[in-house]
Order: sequence, then structure tokens, then C-alpha cells
Amino acid sequence: MNTRTHPLLVAFAVLTFLFLVGPLVIIIGTSLSDTAFLTFPPEGLTLHWYQNIFEISAFRRTIMTSFALAVGGTAISMMIGVPAAYALARYRVELPKFLGNVYVLPILIPEIVLGFSLMKSVAIGAGLPIMTSLLLGHALLVLPYCVRVVGASLNAFDFSIEDAAVSLGCPRWKAFFTIVLPNVKAGIIAGFILAFITSLNDVSVSIFLTGPGVSTLPIQLLAHMEQFFDPTIASVSVLLMFVTVGVMAIVERTLGLTFLTK
Amino acid sequence: MVPFRSSPRLRAWALSAPAILLVTCFLLLPVFSTLATTFGDPEGPFATYAAYFDSRLRMRVLWRTMEVAVITTVISVIIGFLTAWVVAKTPGRLKSLLIIAAVFPLLTGVVVRSFAWLIILGKNGILNDFLLWIGVITEPLSMLYTEGSVIVAMVYLFVPLMILTLVGVLEGIPQDMTDAAASLGAKPAAAFREVVLPMAVPGLIVGSVLVFTGSFTSYATPQLLGGERQMMMGTFLYQNAMVRFDWVAASTVAAIMVVVTLTTVLLMSRVARKLNPVAG
Repeated sequence: MNTRTHPLLVAFAVLTFLFLVGPLVIIIGTSLSDTAFLTFPPEGLTLHWYQNIFEISAFRRTIMTSFALAVGGTAISMMIGVPAAYALARYRVELPKFLGNVYVLPILIPEIVLGFSLMKSVAIGAGLPIMTSLLLGHALLVLPYCVRVVGASLNAFDFSIEDAAVSLGCPRWKAFFTIVLPNVKAGIIAGFILAFITSLNDVSVSIFLTGPGVSTLPIQLLAHMEQFFDPTIASVSVLLMFVTVGVMAIVERTLGLTFLTK
Repeated sequence: MVPFRSSPRLRAWALSAPAILLVTCFLLLPVFSTLATTFGDPEGPFATYAAYFDSRLRMRVLWRTMEVAVITTVISVIIGFLTAWVVAKTPGRLKSLLIIAAVFPLLTGVVVRSFAWLIILGKNGILNDFLLWIGVITEPLSMLYTEGSVIVAMVYLFVPLMILTLVGVLEGIPQDMTDAAASLGAKPAAAFREVVLPMAVPGLIVGSVLVFTGSFTSYATPQLLGGERQMMMGTFLYQNAMVRFDWVAASTVAAIMVVVTLTTVLLMSRVARKLNPVAG
């Protein structure tokens, strides 16, 4: 058949992509404006609002907290999720089929319900400190990414290589670290980075678990927006877009971005 | 390590235990406890639900959320499908560029993406400035805090997800199939209707479920663009829990959200399996 795509359809797709990219361009523009209010196109050019991010202590603090939380939560989740993914791929007969679905429950249950329930049972019920609750909440939230993305790599791994090492006398733990892990490195990096960005951007779980003195960047942004409407929010947003660019570069290098269309 | 060596079964469970423990202690138990509190009313196990369904205000929130989620899903399906169709047919490098353009917003946070619409739709916002400038209006319109503003931002949030889901599906439809249909005399429209669409249906369902449940349970977008006036289930849950400290009411909202999302997911995955012509 090999018909060409109808020009109207192409025009429609162009409009869609303008719709997708336009608002982000507008944010970048407003962040550079030399005015105390948000305006586009920017009037005058300044980097003042970027400097302002670091002058507002609440932003300084929450940026640190958010990054620490994203790294810590993802690390915990990986330490728990990688063995689970390994077991799922390696011991298909020994483990029940539904177990794979148990690990994706954090995506299936509405995030805001999860946040509310964690606040009630863990933060207030069990009286855990704010940072501990946040770490556990985020580790849980990103578990599906850790298990699924690493699992995809593990499913492509030929376990007979590991068996060969073990039968030649290599201890199991050593075979895991020296043979299995290096072979699924791409999956681990991509999983880590997707989990990291999910944690960094999270609102619905964090909003229930943050408390006096401890907040995350997205929650601080929400609070800031309700009081001030200056270009600082735009510059923080641009900062977060830079993180997104970094994340995309890493995913592209490890699994390829087409991984995300599957 | 010695007993592990002898039993693969034990080894499998030992490796899975931490993850199972995390999900059990921090998801299953807390969520069940939330659901359980809704049945603890002294006036009978379903009293809180009866109160919910009797209240016009609360039912209004539920219907509004349903409405926004359904409209968002329909618009996202249309935009997503047509765009994915073009992307899937685009050759090489340009296609990767388009995929990057769809992934980028998807990985950028909800707060940032909703904030963009706050700048665009505000009273002194960019759209009002533009409309005043070209002279279509003489007074700035109030577009924020309406159902429309929430829907626009939600469509913005979910169109990339739809595009990425459908590009994968549409690429998987072999050209041979449409060629075969054409060589047997099918006009392009018929080939599309009889061959492409049925094969895309499972993908359309998966995408729709993601968009529907995502918008039904969203919090940040309705909070920023809908405010108090356009309360939705997510913001209503938060308000009950953290502003009015009525945990039973908040739990009831949570329970309704869980039931609606799980029912949608289970029902639609069954429909998708039934309609899949390949797995048949």
C-alpha cells in the first residue's frame, strides 16, 4: 500500500508536538525575565532568578532533601528489588506466578491513597521519624521500576553461564556479583535512573509524609506557588528539566529510549 | 548459606522475602487498615458509604472526577492515536527526535508541567495577553479554576504516555498486513478499519486505562488548576485528611478511589485479552 501520510495528519502531529514542547519553552522564557512577575516573552534577560533559588533557604534545604531521598530511597529499593527480580527470573518453578504482580502494587494502588495510608499507619501509627517514613515510602513507590526494569534485563540473561561457574566451584554469591550483575548492568542503571526521577518528582506520597522542618522540592514548589508568583518557580522548574535531560541521556545510553515505548 | 545450597525453593523465597516484607508492611497492611476504618461506624458497616452517597456535595466531587477523567481519556486517545500514527510512519532520525519530544515532558515532574498551565491560563497569563493583543477580547477571561483548565492540563500530562504506548503498538503491526488487505482490494479506509484498528485495540485499552486511572487519582494538577472550586477525589481526600482531620471521611474517599481504579484495571485487561486478535 505504502501510502504517504495525509498532510492534514502531519499538520495535526506538528500541532501536538508544539502543544507538548511549547509550555516548557514558556517556562524557560519566563525564568529569564528581568521582571518581578511571570511574563512571556521575557522582558530583559537576567539570571537573577537562578541565583535566587540558592538564596531562599527553603529551596536550598528541600533540593538537598529531595536528592538525598531519591538516591537513598532508590538504593534501598534496589537492594530489595534486585534479589526479588533475580528470584523471579531464576526460580520460575519455585515461586508462584502472582508474585510478580505483588511488586507492581505500588503503581496499581492510587498513589494518594498510599500516601494517606502510610501517614496514618507508619508516620503517626508507628511513630517513625519523618525522614524514615519518607525513605520507606519512596523505596516502596519506586519498587516496581527496580523489579520490572532489572527483571527485563534478567529475563534476557542466560543462567546456564551462572550454573557453569557454580558447578566449577564458584560460591553462589560470588557468581551473582561477578557474573550476573555485570551482565544486567544496563537494566540496573536504567532502573535506578527511572526510579530516581519518579522519586524526585513525587507529590502524592510526599505531601502526606513531609512535616515540620522536613519537606521535598515538589512540595516546597507547591507551597511557594500559593504565596509568591515570581520567576523563581520557573527557574527551579528549569533546573528540574536539566535533571530530566541527564536522565534521558543515561536511559538512551543504557537501554535506548525506545525501551520506553514498550 | 549451607541450607540454601540444598534447596532452590528456600533460596527463591529468601531472596524474595525483603521485597514481600516491604510491600506487606508498607502497602498491604496500611491500605487494608484504611479500608477497614470505613466499616467501623457504630451505625452499621456501610453507614459511612451511605452518608457519602447521600451527600450532594460529595457525589458532585465523585461525578466531576469521573467526568474529567473520561473527557481527558477520550481527548488523549484521539490526539495520542493520530500523533502516534504519524510518528510510527516517520523514518529514522526524525522519529527518535519525536520520541524524545514525547519522553521529555513525561519525565518532567507533574508540578512543573501543571505550573506551565498556571502561567498560560492565568488572569495576567500568556493566553489572555495574547488574546487582548490581537483584540479578540477586551477584558481578561478567567480561565483558571474551571473544569476546562483542569482538563487541558491533564490532557497535557497524559498525551505523551498515550503516544509512547501507541507508537510501540502501531510499529508492531506489520506492513505486510495492510499490503495484503490492499492487494485484496481493500480501500485504505477499509484496510484501516478492518486490519489496523483491531490490532491497535489492545494498546488503546492499555493506554486508556493508564490515562483514566491516572487522571482519576491525580492530586497536584486539580490542586493547582482547579483549586477549592473544582474539588476532585484526590484533592478531596487531602482536604478531609489534612485540613478537616476527618480520617474516616478521607478513608471513604480512598476506598472509593481504590474500588474504581482496580475495577477499571481488572475489567479492561479482561476486555483487552478478549479483543486481542493475535492472541485470539
